[in-house]
Amino acid sequence: MQDDVFSCQGWLFKLGVERFVLVTTKLDPKFKDEVSKVPGGQNIKRCFQCGTCNVGCPVREIEEKYNPRKIIRMTVLGMRERVLSSDFIWLCSACYTCQERCPQDVRIPEVMNALKNLAVKEGYIHSSFAKRMEVLWTHGTLYPLSRFDNTKREELGLPQIPSGNKEVQELFKLTGLNKVLGAEGEK
Amino acid sequence: MARHYELSARKVAKKLGVELVDVQDFACCGFPIMSVDQETALLMAARNLSIAEGLGLDICTICNGCASTLTEASKELMHNDRLREKVNEKLQKIGRTYKGNVKVKHFARVLYEDVGPEKIKSQVKNSLEGLKLASHYGCHYLKPSDVYDKFEDPEFPRSLDELISALGAETVEYEEKMQCCGGVILDIDDKIALAMTQRKLDHVKAAGVDAIILICPLCGSMYDRNQRVVERRFNVAYNMPVLYYTQVLGLALGMNPKDLGLDMNRVKTSDLLSKLSV
Repeated sequence: MQDDVFSCQGWLFKLGVERFVLVTTKLDPKFKDEVSKVPGGQNIKRCFQCGTCNVGCPVREIEEKYNPRKIIRMTVLGMRERVLSSDFIWLCSACYTCQERCPQDVRIPEVMNALKNLAVKEGYIHSSFAKRMEVLWTHGTLYPLSRFDNTKREELGLPQIPSGNKEVQELFKLTGLNKVLGAEGEK
Repeated sequence: MARHYELSARKVAKKLGVELVDVQDFACCGFPIMSVDQETALLMAARNLSIAEGLGLDICTICNGCASTLTEASKELMHNDRLREKVNEKLQKIGRTYKGNVKVKHFARVLYEDVGPEKIKSQVKNSLEGLKLASHYGCHYLKPSDVYDKFEDPEFPRSLDELISALGAETVEYEEKMQCCGGVILDIDDKIALAMTQRKLDHVKAAGVDAIILICPLCGSMYDRNQRVVERRFNVAYNMPVLYYTQVLGLALGMNPKDLGLDMNRVKTSDLLSKLSV
């Protein structure tokens, strides 16, 4: 367990309820400012915790560990490490239901993007994205076509689609994203 | 991946007088890496926009994700001069610039706004009367709605339903119609993503429709390609045909099912076709 909370055995413990107390001195009060400077994170401080995002969220309906209201609260409180190293920030399906309904226009899917961008900078890239980046680096597209695919396309009268767009690699190098790729991109 | 979608879209575009120009230089729209680095994602979108601009073309996509990403980028770069300058500083290093003049439209929106349900209705040769269809718009066709100039109501959209009605078929309402397919997080957590897909299939099945009609290849891969996976995992049977709008449109316009790639749909469409006697 990270040291920003501790278990508190108060009177509720007798009823089987374990309380976790936040260690406020371990929080990073500047985290919300950091997030608000990343594109998409601008409106995070507007959140007044109404929970409209949670109510309409199709991911949360299935998996409770994705809790957008809570993620924003944790971010505003300054639980930096816990948020950036979490797996839950990667679970937004980008359906934008919450964004349309949020009374404070917090733009939650965009906040999630801002948090994920920061997480990547801290070395917490989700493994599926690491793979995705390699495919994009090599092919310039997420669904590269094999020679078999292109033969099939020809049979159907569809134009050939080339793979291996080098300009995408140039763009990755210009923004430093190639470093995320490790050895492959450093070449 | 969705060759049947592309094939049928090209066929109906030609028939309805929409001229499409293929651009070999296009690469990924940028959506898949917004989670990793939004700056690079925007550059990738801007690169595609600059290529289209150089050719004097607007962009038409058949994917909801590409449509929203490119529309958002084109809007930001049109109105935000400072951002456009910043983007161009980098684009110029790969020999490109973007002035901000490209419009982006999903093909379904072209069909709705530029061709129009009335014209489509007038060209129908084989009416789809008797078919009950469930429309699935897909999140990024409608949202974020400010990007799309509010051309549709994100909670109660009508355009795809009107396009389906124009073919003579009946559109059927069902529970949680606007629910997301889950495709974006399939690689992150397939348990959640497939459960999202299952919910929609449940609701559509309960509504007693002949097929789901959609306009996004990612939604298509979840409901059609992964339907068998969902059936196995949740021990259910749906056998629910999933067709792209361009396929049913083509059928109504009198085209041959094979020319519209109906043999490439994973869930068999033969029962549906027998109802139409084509």
